[in-house]
Amino acid sequence: MKLDSMYQEVILDHYKNPHGRGLRDGDAEVHHVNPTCGDEITLRVKYDGTTISDVSYEGQGCSISQASASVLNELLVGKELAEAQRIQETFLELMQSKGKIEPDDAMEDVLEDAVAFAGVSKYPARVKCALLSWMAWKDATAQALDGADAERKTA
Amino acid sequence: MTQLPGLLDTEAIRKDFPILDRQVHDGRKLVYLDNAATSQTPRQVIDVLDEYYEQHNANVHRGVHVLAEEATALYEGARDKVAEFINAPSRDEVIFTKNASESLNLVANMLGWADEPYRVDSETEIVITEMEHHSNIVPWQLLAQRTGAKLKWFGLTDDGRLDLSNIDEIITEKTKVVSFVLVSNILGTLNPVEAIVRRAQEVGALVCVDASQAAPHMPLDVQALQADFVAFTGHKMCGPTGIGVLWGRQELLEDLPPFLGGGEMIETVSMHSSTYAPAPHKFEAGTPPIAQAVGLGAAIDYLNSIGMDKILAHEHALTEYAVKRLAEVPDLRIIGPTTAEDRGAAISFTLGDIHPHDVGQVLDEQGIAVRVGHHCARPVCLRYGIPATTRASFYLYSTPAEIDALVDGLEHVRNFFG
Repeated sequence: MKLDSMYQEVILDHYKNPHGRGLRDGDAEVHHVNPTCGDEITLRVKYDGTTISDVSYEGQGCSISQASASVLNELLVGKELAEAQRIQETFLELMQSKGKIEPDDAMEDVLEDAVAFAGVSKYPARVKCALLSWMAWKDATAQALDGADAERKTA
Repeated sequence: MTQLPGLLDTEAIRKDFPILDRQVHDGRKLVYLDNAATSQTPRQVIDVLDEYYEQHNANVHRGVHVLAEEATALYEGARDKVAEFINAPSRDEVIFTKNASESLNLVANMLGWADEPYRVDSETEIVITEMEHHSNIVPWQLLAQRTGAKLKWFGLTDDGRLDLSNIDEIITEKTKVVSFVLVSNILGTLNPVEAIVRRAQEVGALVCVDASQAAPHMPLDVQALQADFVAFTGHKMCGPTGIGVLWGRQELLEDLPPFLGGGEMIETVSMHSSTYAPAPHKFEAGTPPIAQAVGLGAAIDYLNSIGMDKILAHEHALTEYAVKRLAEVPDLRIIGPTTAEDRGAAISFTLGDIHPHDVGQVLDEQGIAVRVGHHCARPVCLRYGIPATTRASFYLYSTPAEIDALVDGLEHVRNFFG
């Protein structure tokens, strides 16, 4: 069934048992919404220099948006910023592929569990759900780094 | 097959709607239950649109040639049909817009720019309700922000009805306009017009009714409503997209200022100033949606050939059946009235913890089209503490078998996420 390509076991597992859910201390907080469906996420990032020490989040939404936030947490926490950005860009590329990218081994190495979302890219209405937390992370990171820059300048 | 008293001969009616024969997702029969978003178009309307473009297409009210005169006659003929359909005292009270949102924005802007006694300003109040579509919230928020007027609203009861217990405190001597929905697009609630109109008239406030979910489904009589403005849209009543209606009382339309300026809405223009055409043209700047208006006229002919009373009875029977069947689904909670009394045929619900997006996706895979999300009525979702709902909505071609398909489909959803 076509639905199984969207609702991979991995996605349903993350949905039912989300990683790192709940808000914890952070350097910046953002609130993003998907106005077409009402999905919402509040997300905080915590940096230790250029290492991501935590991504915490709280939100409501469909299985795709919730599972995506869980995968993000699992994938990005502990990573260096540059590597995390590469993962984020690769995930974005996959999600915007309209189902045309068949993830190869190299992509799987980068994205790990997040390759499970390849099937979601075939459903235009759901791509935004999958990207919600990733866009929130990008935004929060920009704010956290801006804040860090500003602190350095005033120091 | 389930037989219910009051049902229309859907076997015959469905033959008028070619799209209902479509199959989706590798041979699944389409079960279209998203009629509150948009209705499907009967062959009779499609034919009129084809004929218009093949035989009569021209701009209206301008040329002296044959096509221009035919197009004008068809466009103005559609206005006559709308006027009769809503029992308007005069055809000149029917303004064509592009949709109900534009109609409501037009009212808000008329009042924002009006002179006394209609003017909305910082000394006055605007009243809406918590169950409005965003199109009947945001124009009033904009008006309130721009004029300094205070925006107030009626809250909702736990069973999805307007809480009118404090009506005298909400609608006061300061109230200039009360704008509310006749039938809610998310809750399905049919609102008690009389009580609201009576209080509005007591304080001299204007009444604006959003009839988008009423005009397609029941007889609509603007005189009986005793409202000052009534807005609705064509594409929810078997017509094309891009055509809406604003009905307004003639003396108001004469007194109130235009909103959009341009061709067609003027009497004379000089470089210094202009005078305006009488209503309705005063409010129809630029080339109007001509084919779409003609298509709406054809849709009205079609609905009249079935009978609005009969459509109402059909949908009432379906709604009774649907609330009964949906009650059999474990963990299903209807958001809105749980009986068919004083409600329309749009039924919103939640299904346990399963997000409506996921419900809609799994239903779609089975060929069942429903709407998911907050239905442009986010305050309702906030009121009931839910992120979104799944909504099934019926029309004259909907059948009990389609409701059975929905109930079976929901069982499949539960198994999928169980």
